[in-house]
Amino acid sequence: MSQKIALNEIAHGRSGDKGNHANIAIIAYTQAGYDWLRDHLTADAVAQYFKPMLPSRVIRYEAPNVLGLNFVLHDILAGGASRSLRIDTQGKTLALTLLRMPIDLPANVERMLREPPSRLGR
Amino acid sequence: MKTIRIGNGCGFWGDSVDAPIRLAQRGRLDYLTLEYLAELTMSILALQKQRDPEAGYAGDFLDVLQRLTPVLQQQPNLKIITNAGGMNPSACARQAKVVLQKAGLTRRIGIVSGDDLLPRLDALLPQHPFTNLDTGELLATITPRVVSANAYLGAKPIAEALAQGAQIVITGRVADASLTMGPAVHEFGWLWDDWDRLSAASVAGHLIECGAQACGGLWCNWRDVPDWSDIGYPHVDLTDDGSFTISSDAGPGVNRETLVEQLLYEVGDPLKYLTPDVVADFTSISLTTVDERTVRVSGAQGDEATSTYKVSIAYRDGYTASGTLTIAGRDAVAKAQLCGKAILQRIGVAVDRSNIECIGGGACAPGVIDPSADPPEVMLRVSVHDRRKDVVERFAKELAPLVTSGPPGVTGYTTGRPAAREVFAYWPALIEKNAVESKVEMLT
Repeated sequence: MSQKIALNEIAHGRSGDKGNHANIAIIAYTQAGYDWLRDHLTADAVAQYFKPMLPSRVIRYEAPNVLGLNFVLHDILAGGASRSLRIDTQGKTLALTLLRMPIDLPANVERMLREPPSRLGR
Repeated sequence: MKTIRIGNGCGFWGDSVDAPIRLAQRGRLDYLTLEYLAELTMSILALQKQRDPEAGYAGDFLDVLQRLTPVLQQQPNLKIITNAGGMNPSACARQAKVVLQKAGLTRRIGIVSGDDLLPRLDALLPQHPFTNLDTGELLATITPRVVSANAYLGAKPIAEALAQGAQIVITGRVADASLTMGPAVHEFGWLWDDWDRLSAASVAGHLIECGAQACGGLWCNWRDVPDWSDIGYPHVDLTDDGSFTISSDAGPGVNRETLVEQLLYEVGDPLKYLTPDVVADFTSISLTTVDERTVRVSGAQGDEATSTYKVSIAYRDGYTASGTLTIAGRDAVAKAQLCGKAILQRIGVAVDRSNIECIGGGACAPGVIDPSADPPEVMLRVSVHDRRKDVVERFAKELAPLVTSGPPGVTGYTTGRPAAREVFAYWPALIEKNAVESKVEMLT
C-alpha cells in the first residue's frame, strides 16, 4: 500500500456558501504542489470524498496565478443558510474537511511543502 | 502619484463595533467602508420596516457613527460609504444626521436607493419571471410569500452621490464591491467601460469586503498570527492604473496566503467574477510581496458587465427550531442518536424536515469524517422545520424531559426551550438592468 499524507501538508484553503452550493478553494504552497494537485485532485475525486453529503455535481475551476483550484459543490448545503438544519449551514468548515483528505505521498513532496512560515507582521 | 486609501471596518452585521473606530484612527483613510448586509439580512429588515416605517436599517451603524464622531472631528476629509441603509436608507440617513448634529458635525449625506423591487413586484412579474437561479422554478409559485426582493446595485449611484458632494453615502442593497468601486471611479474619473480598471476595483473590494478575513481571520496557518486580540482590518492604496497595495495599520497586516484564501472565498468561476459593473478575471492578477505586512496586486483584467442585476429574494417558508443536549459516558454517539429519535417520535406527528446531529462526532461534514474513537461526550443537536408553528413549539418542549427519561449521561439542558422562529428562504434571480432605476438623493 502506498504511503499517505494529508492534503494540508501541501495546500491550504477556505470555503463558503453561495445559496445551497458551497465553494472550496484549495491553494498549493508551491508550483510543484499545484502541478500535482491539478493532476490528482480532480472534480471526481472531490465529489467521491464528499459523497455522503450528496452534492449533485462538482465543478473545478483553475486559478494558476495564485496556485489555486476552486471547487463548486452544488446542492451540498442541505438548504443553505436559510433552510439548512445542519450546524454548519454555510459550509464554512468544508475546506478543513477536504484538507484532511489522505493523498498518496507524491514522489517529489519535498518541493511541495510550505516555505519557512511567514509570521504576519513580523 | 495620486493614491486613495479605502479601508473596510465591517464585514457583516454583527462584526466588531470597535474595528471601524480603530481602523479610522490608525489607518489615515480617505474612505471608510462598512458592509452590513448578508444574503438574508434584508428579509429581517423588511419585517422591521413593516412594523415601523422608520425602521429597517442596520442599527449598529448609528452606534459606530456615534463612536466615530471624535475621529470625524479630527479628520474632516474622511468619507464613509456603507450599505447600512438596508430596506430604509432614508430613515438611516435621517438618524445619522441626528447623531452627527449631537456631536456638532455637519456632513452632506448621500442616499442611494432603487434596489427595493418589492413595491413593484406585481407590475414587474408579467415581463420578469425571476426564475430561481438554482432550481429553475418561477417566482409566481411563491409570490404571496415574498417578504423582500432587492437588486444588487452597482457603483454608479455611489460615484454619483460623491460627485454631488456627499461625505457619507448610505445605500440599500448594492454589490459589496460597489462600496470600493464607487469611490475609486469618483476619485480617478475612470470610464464605465474601462473594464480592466473596474476589474481592479472589484478585486480590491472583494479582498476587503469581509474585513479581518483578509488579515489573518480564518487563515489556515492560524498559528502564525502573533496576537489574536489585535486582528487587523484591511485597507487598499489604489492608484490610477488600477494597481494597489493592501495592508492594515492595526493588527498584523496581510500576506500572500491570507489574501489568496480571501480572493477565492465565495467565488464560482474565478475567470468570470460577476459584479454589476464588470466581469472581473481573478486569474489575471499578480500578487507581489512588498514587505511583511503588505502585498501589491496588479494586472487585473475584466470584461463588459452582463445586462442583468442579481436579485436576492426572501420568502416565508414555515418555522424552525433547534435544541441541544450534552450526552456523556460510554457510547455517547449511540445514546445521542437514540435521544434524538425519541424526541422526534415524542412530538406525536411527523415533522416536514428534521435533523439529528452529534457535535463532536463529525457533524460538520456528516458521513465524510467518522470519529475514530469513542468521544467522552458529544452535543446532541436536534432541528426541525415545519409549516406549522405549533408543531415546532411542541418539539421545543421535548428536549428537557430527556434529562430524566433518557439513557444515563444526559446533561447540559441549561438554555431553556428553544424558540420557534420563522424561516425566510432564499431565492436568487436576475433582472434586466433597464427595469431597475437607482436613485440618488442628498440630505444636508
